[in-house]
Amino acid sequence: MARLEILTFPDERLKQVSQPVETFDDRLRQFLRDLEETMDGGPPSVGIAAPQVGRFERILLVDVSIKPKIKNHGRLFLINPRIVAEQGQEVAREGCLSVPDFTGNVSRAETIELEAQDPYGSPLSFTMTGFEARAVQHEMDHLDGLLFLDRLVSRRDLFRRKKYK
Amino acid sequence: MKNWFMVTLVGQDKPGIVAAVTRALYEGGCNLGEASMVRLGGMFTIMMMVEYGGDEAGMVALTAPVESTGLRIHIDAVQGTLHRHIEPNIRVTVYGADQAGIVCETTEALARLELNIINLETDVGGTDEQPIYILHIEGVTDTTREDIETALAELARRKHIETRVTSINTLIG
Ligand SMILES: [Zn+2]
Repeated sequence: MARLEILTFPDERLKQVSQPVETFDDRLRQFLRDLEETMDGGPPSVGIAAPQVGRFERILLVDVSIKPKIKNHGRLFLINPRIVAEQGQEVAREGCLSVPDFTGNVSRAETIELEAQDPYGSPLSFTMTGFEARAVQHEMDHLDGLLFLDRLVSRRDLFRRKKYK
Repeated sequence: MKNWFMVTLVGQDKPGIVAAVTRALYEGGCNLGEASMVRLGGMFTIMMMVEYGGDEAGMVALTAPVESTGLRIHIDAVQGTLHRHIEPNIRVTVYGADQAGIVCETTEALARLELNIINLETDVGGTDEQPIYILHIEGVTDTTREDIETALAELARRKHIETRVTSINTLIG
């Protein structure tokens, strides 16, 4: 097990597109344990993407269960994730392990239908909503070389567009 | 050794003000920190943290040409620090028919709950005949959302205004 170094912007490697995982072997699963140790040992976060530790493959770890009162599917290793449907838009505040000391408002889909593979290559599918859906979308952006900085909206947008149910 | 100044500018809004001011600062060897520009009542306003190697008199001389364009400039030497953001964890929106005292009474109620305001914006919408006042606050507090809601509900009844309190749950990932 090893704790991996987290890349921080302006490291240009964070802007590159990651490749699909094709081989689901013990090396992959060893990397997942390292990724988990890195997330658990670092600053509190609800997810981490492989490119954040310099491995440019389509791999995420997401776990929003540390946040109270939030619907979640527990700790998820998501390989080759794909959003196949989405609904609604909601603005909320995000920060990033790779962008220290800055947070901003970002618009994301409220509900997503997600397909992915597990660490053995078996198919997974989830319907996610709210905070967990946001976490997956934030992490998936890392796979395409995007940071939340690429999606900032102003504070006033939140103020004017926020809908109360 | 570099010093921080808080530079405040106010004037008639017209295109190119920010470019003219920041060009003068850049050529004078200054470095910008955090800044916030907003149009208030049709006026241009900006506050900027400016890092500069010289003293206050030097800073005044540097910005003098900008003042000749009709902008009012105010310069304060400050103990500035970067990388000291405080994350808000609560959002309060208050709105209703425009009337005196909304900001005062809301912020007093929040101060009693030891809520520290990080951002505050107010605006007047509606029409000349029926103006509505909108107050938007982001702050940090240990008080629960429910307790803030209860405190503001009393204010809402008394002033016939609407109050909304929501948690800001910042996602780090
Ligand atoms: Zn991130």
